[in-house]
Amino acid sequence: MAGLGVVFRKEFVDSLRERRSVVSALVFGPLLGPVLFVLLTSYAVNLQIDETEQPIEVPVVGGEGAANLMAHLFRRQIDADHDRFADLDSLRDAVRTGDVDVGLVVDSEFGDALRTGEPARLWIVADMANNTARRSISRLRSALGEYGMGIGIHRLALRGIDPNLATPVAVLTDDVSTPSGRAVLLLGMMTYFLLFSTLLGGTQVAIDTTAGERERGSLEPLLALAVSRSELVWGKIGVTFVFMAVSLAICIVSFAIAVQFLPLAKIGMTANLDPLVCAGIYVSMLPFAALGAGVMTIVASYTKSFREAQTYTSIAMVVPPLPIILVVLNPVQPSVPLMLVPSLSQHLLVTELVKGEIFDPLHLVVSAATTVAVGVACGLATVRRYRSEALLV
Amino acid sequence: MIEVQGLAKRFGKVEALRGVDFTAADGQITGLLGPNGAGKSTTLRILCTVLKAGAGSARVGGIDVAVDPFGVRRRIGVLPHNSNLYGNLSARENIAYYAELQGLDGPALDKAVDRIVERLGIEPFADRRAKGFSQGQRLRVALARALVHDPDTLILDEPTNGLDVMATRVLRDVIRERRDDGCCVLFSSHIMQEVAVMCDRIAIVAEGRVVVDGTAAEIRAETGCDDLEDAFVSAVDVPPIASSEVS
Repeated sequence: MAGLGVVFRKEFVDSLRERRSVVSALVFGPLLGPVLFVLLTSYAVNLQIDETEQPIEVPVVGGEGAANLMAHLFRRQIDADHDRFADLDSLRDAVRTGDVDVGLVVDSEFGDALRTGEPARLWIVADMANNTARRSISRLRSALGEYGMGIGIHRLALRGIDPNLATPVAVLTDDVSTPSGRAVLLLGMMTYFLLFSTLLGGTQVAIDTTAGERERGSLEPLLALAVSRSELVWGKIGVTFVFMAVSLAICIVSFAIAVQFLPLAKIGMTANLDPLVCAGIYVSMLPFAALGAGVMTIVASYTKSFREAQTYTSIAMVVPPLPIILVVLNPVQPSVPLMLVPSLSQHLLVTELVKGEIFDPLHLVVSAATTVAVGVACGLATVRRYRSEALLV
Repeated sequence: MIEVQGLAKRFGKVEALRGVDFTAADGQITGLLGPNGAGKSTTLRILCTVLKAGAGSARVGGIDVAVDPFGVRRRIGVLPHNSNLYGNLSARENIAYYAELQGLDGPALDKAVDRIVERLGIEPFADRRAKGFSQGQRLRVALARALVHDPDTLILDEPTNGLDVMATRVLRDVIRERRDDGCCVLFSSHIMQEVAVMCDRIAIVAEGRVVVDGTAAEIRAETGCDDLEDAFVSAVDVPPIASSEVS
């Protein structure tokens, strides 16, 4: 097996000198994910924080007769704008076109109805199909509800009735989630980026060592040397694996650093990515690099040129993370049968670690064994491919 | 010594070889001469063990290519058509990679690489990366790669294609030198003048067969032509095969 070492060393040096390979393994692959993740999440988190704290402006028609209500809305950070629309129709048009998220119309009889104890009518003018307006609508609705509830309580009290009689049951929620458990909602995305950057980190190498070598015309003389095809192939896959493994390591470390900059505490989450957890993530994910190296090498070895290989490897790159998307849509608990599915098993293991829980060691063993087995199967298929004449014809 | 008997090969419906027979002796340069598509490259690729023959046999140094391809690969030095170097490796690294894969290591490796680098005049650019090499520089390194493990059989496929005068001269000198050392040299070309100048024996290939085989004088006598070019034309002028056989 001396040839394997020779091939490995040569392909390693060759790839290190290829800027395209190094940049994708050390920069694009591992850093793009965390940066994108932090930008997206901090945007989402800030949006959530902002919207509860920022005052919103709501156009009101007929609000002159409801001064107390307007004062209540003002305390709830809702500023009434009385001058913008003179009548209901112009307000409705503005909501329909999306110029205004939500508007409020106060019945002209509002004051009289309140005084006589009749239900006083208020209309919320909204486009329920407009997603961006949903938050403003619910803020307005709950502020109005509170106002009505307050008056109701006063009325009962004035009549000597305990207002609690109108609240026969009290429904409370006991949230047992931990801050790191809640963070899984966000960090669940992280495994997707980890898988992706692992693949990205070695794909250039997989292409260079197979389709690239073939395209450049260095393959045929190589095949006429006294080195077995399996040594050639495993040497090449070995280098791809190393690039993917390094890319994965950098990606995990940059995630651990990046989450420090997320305002997670403000939304009641903590990110549990201390060195021990990171090491656990690395051990759980490393078998995936073996799978990635095998898959990308077999795909690239079936193509004749760099361009063709890039097309097919980008398609292949979409497949491995697919099971994760299914799980995000339909969450499952980790179990041994699920550990048989590569990428899904890594996702479940990493999720446990991020939650601050310890997974069953059997799960790790099953996950690693099946994932590596797929990689090895792809490697053996590549050896077969290298033994066939079709490689040169 | 290369012995080829009844070699046949098809690629799908195309019959590339239909029974190639010839012998290339040690201490001689044998040329496979023929028009493009005659089957020269396919024959050489079978001899290099990268393709398998459909029928017939080929032996290199007494070893059957189908039985012991590894034994054959250890003995041959190969320069395929349009072969290229690894651009990110230096000339010396390119040569050493092949030497190591052929089983050389340690001091023997360094000695072999140094010797061939010196012989082919590679020193001035030995430690430069191959990316920017001229055609002539590339050929020298590719040739050094094929010769570094001191093979007793040399197989070259259209080696002078696209070379300038100086590079062609280096190549011819090296080929003759190996021949004088007792090496069996087999090379293909579609350029008759080149074959006439270089070869001790010539096998003219056409339509997947060797149509004439012998020294230049023997070929002239056999075809009844005084000039080798006329001999070549008369030898390859076999009736065209039916188009249905090709498509």
